Amino acid sequence: MSISNNDVQHVAKLARLNLTAEEEQTLTGQLNAILKYAEKLNELDTENIEPTTHVLHVSNVMREDETKESLSIEQVMRNAPDEEDGQFKVPAVME
Amino acid sequence: MSLFEQSLPEIHNKLHAKELSVSDLVNQAYQNIGERDEKVKAYLALDEEQARARARQLDDRLVSGEEKGLLFGLPVGIKDNIVTNGLRTTCGSQFLRNFDPVYDATVVEKLKAADTVTIGKLNMDEFAMGGSNENSSFYPVRNPWALDRVPGGSSGGSAAAVAAGEAYFTLGSDTGGSIRQPASYCGVVGLKPTYGLVSRFGLVAFASSLDQIGPLTKNVEDSAYVLQAIAGYDAKDSTSAKVDIPDYLSGLTGNVKGLRIAVPKEYIGEGVDPQVKETVLSALKVLEGLGATWEEVSLPHTEYAVATYYLLASSEASSNLARFDGVRYGVRADNPENLLDLYHQSRSQGFGPEVKRRIMLGTYALSSGYYDAYYLKAQKVRTLIKQDFDDVFAKYDVIIGPTAPTTAFKLGSQVDDPLTMYLNDILTIPVSLAGVPAVSIPCGFSDGLPVGMQIIGKAFDETTVLRVAHAFEQNTEFHKQRPQL
Repeated sequence: MSISNNDVQHVAKLARLNLTAEEEQTLTGQLNAILKYAEKLNELDTENIEPTTHVLHVSNVMREDETKESLSIEQVMRNAPDEEDGQFKVPAVME
Repeated sequence: MSLFEQSLPEIHNKLHAKELSVSDLVNQAYQNIGERDEKVKAYLALDEEQARARARQLDDRLVSGEEKGLLFGLPVGIKDNIVTNGLRTTCGSQFLRNFDPVYDATVVEKLKAADTVTIGKLNMDEFAMGGSNENSSFYPVRNPWALDRVPGGSSGGSAAAVAAGEAYFTLGSDTGGSIRQPASYCGVVGLKPTYGLVSRFGLVAFASSLDQIGPLTKNVEDSAYVLQAIAGYDAKDSTSAKVDIPDYLSGLTGNVKGLRIAVPKEYIGEGVDPQVKETVLSALKVLEGLGATWEEVSLPHTEYAVATYYLLASSEASSNLARFDGVRYGVRADNPENLLDLYHQSRSQGFGPEVKRRIMLGTYALSSGYYDAYYLKAQKVRTLIKQDFDDVFAKYDVIIGPTAPTTAFKLGSQVDDPLTMYLNDILTIPVSLAGVPAVSIPCGFSDGLPVGMQIIGKAFDETTVLRVAHAFEQNTEFHKQRPQL
């Protein structure tokens, strides 16, 4: 299975990235090499093997639904690239 | 002798006897940084004013005789993907070049509670992605043993700072070998604890099922001290393990009589530099001389680990890095056409090439139609790799091999070839996938460059890992050698 420039464009869109023509070209080559290497995994029969998502036996962590102190508006906004009246400002979503 | 060459108990005795002050230690750190960091480039940010104020505070407490923390007065450097309240945290990325965190990571809180002094933030590969530190979007770190070589990555700054005497100890993070491999290249001790032993709260996530914070130190005893201070359950990390924390220091007995060591043939086979192999085999003889026994074993799925890792780590990275959208913090593009364009442009401007490559690989592996073939397949192979370790640990106490297949390579020599770069981590990645603890310690030199020996243990058996490492260290002098800068 190999991926084309078009596939790379499609994936870039899903990943919210703009690629230059040069980046697209380089990535197509590099991703193909990496994915070809990954096909090595097909040598293994994993039909009856359970996947490991976590090495620890973790289950949902629950806590009481209590009101706790949260960050102040000032702290939340400390790193905001653009803000107005204590809110993050972004381009209009609707006209 | 430099202050930083002294053992932690020695330092504490001198502080206690008033022969030394915390300010002296902090002065030494900044003096060494001033003399050496122009060459090494281990630091991204220094916190001189706050550090000196903190040192004076601790010195006052020394006078008043108040109860003192386990790591009292020690100057530490923190890898720049661990958040520090009021001290810029960039993750080695242009995306976060002005990011000023509003809270401390749990490990930073714990270090402060143990009375350390934070002196600065350490250089790293962007978002911890890389094996050479050439992916820092500020400047590469250089190996203190040979300035034309890489320090390893992604905790290259953390390892180089300890080797160069620019901090008493440092914290790094390890996802596929990012503490152990740079420790090996820089000739210091790097410990990756069992997954879940140390809280990840406040560590900027790369691959959440693999990331783990750990110490880089100049000897094993220091490593045990730091682990003692930072290990433990944290309700703020949902993957934190609820286990009892043993006394790691009392485990350093020097006794390895009757210890059963497994040496995987895959770790000393093809692809491993012959001199690296010989150095590790000589180190095994030292342990044999102390009454341990070793046998060759097999971890048959080792050759599948790198492919498994890059699919899983990249998939998790693509998901974790989705939060960098230019809205709440970080880089924001100028003049976007609309909201979607703001995301696209901000991310494209903020991320470097390696990060984009991994986001692309991960997004592809998780995308509709390819999930089963890549992501799920890799999760299943991960089970087989973990099983390999379980099988060996049923009969042996530890697994030993080299940390990396070669010594530090030259800057720029592998930059254009991601696959070759990824293969440098072939001996550390399987351990990460299995979630077990491992330490890299200096075990000799090859052509003047440090060689690291990796000691791998059962889950939550850091005590044995550190005991074996300590016993070796007590009978050798490799950890005492320092680069000439």
